[in-house]
Amino acid sequence: MFDTLSDRLSAAFRNLRGKTRLTDADIDATAREIRLALLEADVNLNVVKEFIGNVRERAKGAEIHAALNPAQQIVKIVDEELVSILGGEARPLRFAKRPPTVIMLAGLQGSGKTTLAGKLGKWLKDQGHSPLLVAADLQRPNAVTQLQVVGDRAGVHVYAPEPGNGVGDPVAVARNSILQAMSKLYDVVIVDTAGRLGVDAELMRQAADIRDAVSPTEILFVVDAMIGQDAVNTAQAFADGVGFDGVVLSKLDGDARGGAALSIARVTGKPIMFASNGEGLGDFDAFHPDRMASRILGMGDILTLIEQAEKTFDAEQSAKAAQKLIAGKGEFGLDDFLQQMQAVRRMGPLSKILGMMPGMGQMKDQINNIDEREIDRIEAIIYSMTPAERTNPKILDGSRRARIAAGSGTKVSDVNSLVNRFFEARKMMQSLAGGMPGMPGVRRPAAKQQAKKKKGNHKVSGNPAKRSGGPAAAPEPTAAPASAFGQMPSEADLAKAVGDFQLPPELQQLFNPKNTGPR
Amino acid sequence: MTCVDMIFWYVMAAVAVVLLVAAVTIVVGRRNAVPPAPVTPELAPAEEPTGTPAEPVEAPADAGAALETPEPPASRLTRLRRRLSASNNPFARGLLGLLSADRLDAEAWEDLEATLITSDLGVGPTDELITGLRRELAVDGASDPDRARKVLRTELLTLVGTEADRSLRVTGADGLPGVVLVVGVNGTGKTTTIGKLARVLVAEGHSVVLAAADTFRAAAADQLQTWGSRVGVPVVRGPEGGDPASVAFDAVERGIAEGVDVVVVDTAGRLHTKTGLMDELGKIKRVIERKAPVTEVLLVIDATTGQNGLAQARVFAEVVDVTGIVLSKLDGSAKGGIVVPVQRELGVPVKLIGLGEGPDDLAPFEAEGFVDALLAES
Repeated sequence: MFDTLSDRLSAAFRNLRGKTRLTDADIDATAREIRLALLEADVNLNVVKEFIGNVRERAKGAEIHAALNPAQQIVKIVDEELVSILGGEARPLRFAKRPPTVIMLAGLQGSGKTTLAGKLGKWLKDQGHSPLLVAADLQRPNAVTQLQVVGDRAGVHVYAPEPGNGVGDPVAVARNSILQAMSKLYDVVIVDTAGRLGVDAELMRQAADIRDAVSPTEILFVVDAMIGQDAVNTAQAFADGVGFDGVVLSKLDGDARGGAALSIARVTGKPIMFASNGEGLGDFDAFHPDRMASRILGMGDILTLIEQAEKTFDAEQSAKAAQKLIAGKGEFGLDDFLQQMQAVRRMGPLSKILGMMPGMGQMKDQINNIDEREIDRIEAIIYSMTPAERTNPKILDGSRRARIAAGSGTKVSDVNSLVNRFFEARKMMQSLAGGMPGMPGVRRPAAKQQAKKKKGNHKVSGNPAKRSGGPAAAPEPTAAPASAFGQMPSEADLAKAVGDFQLPPELQQLFNPKNTGPR
Repeated sequence: MTCVDMIFWYVMAAVAVVLLVAAVTIVVGRRNAVPPAPVTPELAPAEEPTGTPAEPVEAPADAGAALETPEPPASRLTRLRRRLSASNNPFARGLLGLLSADRLDAEAWEDLEATLITSDLGVGPTDELITGLRRELAVDGASDPDRARKVLRTELLTLVGTEADRSLRVTGADGLPGVVLVVGVNGTGKTTTIGKLARVLVAEGHSVVLAAADTFRAAAADQLQTWGSRVGVPVVRGPEGGDPASVAFDAVERGIAEGVDVVVVDTAGRLHTKTGLMDELGKIKRVIERKAPVTEVLLVIDATTGQNGLAQARVFAEVVDVTGIVLSKLDGSAKGGIVVPVQRELGVPVKLIGLGEGPDDLAPFEAEGFVDALLAES
């Protein structure tokens, strides 16, 4: 696993304290780290070079901020540069003055055009438009059928006069679809074209012909977030061959860093308009440059975590569990814990979730060593309890524990430690839940945070890195500037609250027992 | 203290953080007086016990009349060479241009490194290759391009590896059919690869049954059916949204009953980060193995994939024990360098390469041929 940029920079700056100004030498030292981080994220090499040039320019002679150490400062500059490139010219979808609005989708094979057509169709329909999907991919076997099924699911009509599988002329289909839309009063036409390679001149000409036949209002270039260095060549080929007005990044629900987004935005100057992040028809969202920037840098991405949580969690259930916890009185039982734990697991491997939390970078090694099967064991232990025991673990006496151990194939000591830990953790969580109403803004006295979190005014040396051989604590990934959320006012507050969000000290303590305890 | 304890703290922390996040959301949501965000509960398909039996569908009876004869695989590599060299391969040209310069200065080395990184080789293998080249060339200078090329070829070969067994294991033991399971993330070309693979197998005289265990993506089974009917290979399919494992099971069962040589199982594309879907994949393999051992698990990787390919390969290898890699879409401008780190880390060899959408655009991977093609002058 490669470390995040902030870890790397911290290492590079370890011997660099007490300076008031970043010198050229300091900046050179970081340039290679930034380069590696971006290359690992699949940002194109030329883009990386240019980008570093910009960062160098900005960092040169920049005053060292009182509250930031040099590494944090560089990270901040890098982050801001990333956001400015990625979010360069965000704009909403254009609609034609005289309907129908024509949206043409183009991209490589397997980038997700057909699926996107369905999502876009549903999205537009939900906004009160009446979209028509056009099956102009007559190349791939049964692409037409796929579009029909997708259209069916989205509740959107599909114009598919040709059976596909190599039969029919996509240009004619596209042309006729406009007439069809005009006569049947559809106000948006979404043309799904066949996947094609940038180097395939013949198919590229065909795409241009389709474009000329329908004169689209928007041509969207659909690209897989996992694409590597070739993104630039491909994007350039499509920009030259058909030209496009916006980019859609697909498959963002994976764990690709998505550096290609940066390359494409930089090289073509076209805005990234949408992000597609799932297989459901509703998994489709506007693009958030600030989140993408954190993602490319491999920083914690708490906003995405929240979104995933919202998606996979039963909000009511979680709220109830949280309330039980706040209420104290030992109402939060093992059954609630189990429920929440399972909900957490549905979001993905635990290591990934923990990795998304800010400030976890320093524990990367431990996190990566998590064996998910251990969690199965915890589940097994809890499953071996009766419902009454789960709601009130206090009733667990010796014989019950022996039964549970036998039932779950573990040892009594395992059951004991689970139960004890649970009580301890519950106490901790309750004490921190005490401050919950005002939680977002809550900042505990710095002294309490020394073990894990470094506030701005902390010196690195003030961090007695409890962990044996622990590297200098990573700077807390600077939360994305709230202003970047301008387009989503309802989320602005949330973003701000999260910007202030730190793991509360009690929670940080959670990670300590294993260090202090006999292993 | 046992390991369980440690894990417990991690889980607890995750749960706690998520609960806090829920609380923040609620607090903020209340403050804004907007209704809480709609919750769309996501069901992991693996948990849907849809045991609907798959209905085998026969290939159209008249398919025999219109059957196409696939091109013999042997002649394909020539085409690969031609195509790789024709695709304006800046990788090969860049390297040769660099190496035939009289002297290799610092800048040239940097450019060389850049060229390798641009082919998605990854930083690690690139460093290795550069170090190797430097060491070799330091011995007698780099003035001779031929010598430089030879060294480069050797180094590239070492990276790609020549020892690995790249043959497909398509024969099962004890009269059971060979079972080939094809997996990968979405949109890498699994179904297309299977279509082409079926043709290759038919051309080699094997009898084949295809299993359309991609019950998720719209019309995936139809797509496979189209490929199957072109070469007269029957496709076993189930209802859309049905249990993929049951389709695979039925296909293997049928393969055994009819005594066919190979059963090729198509699976739905899944991102390696989706735990539920990866569990489902594990289940498919387990269920098949109740009937017959899976002889080959092919992971399809798109040549355009960047460094994420390594993460994909890691997870898939863990879940289904991948035995071979298919590098698809190599006909584009992407170099597919990602297979080098994948092969290096997991020791899983690239066995096949996809070169386009044509029915016969699938070739066996051959390290020497591949490297030679990369180095061939246009």
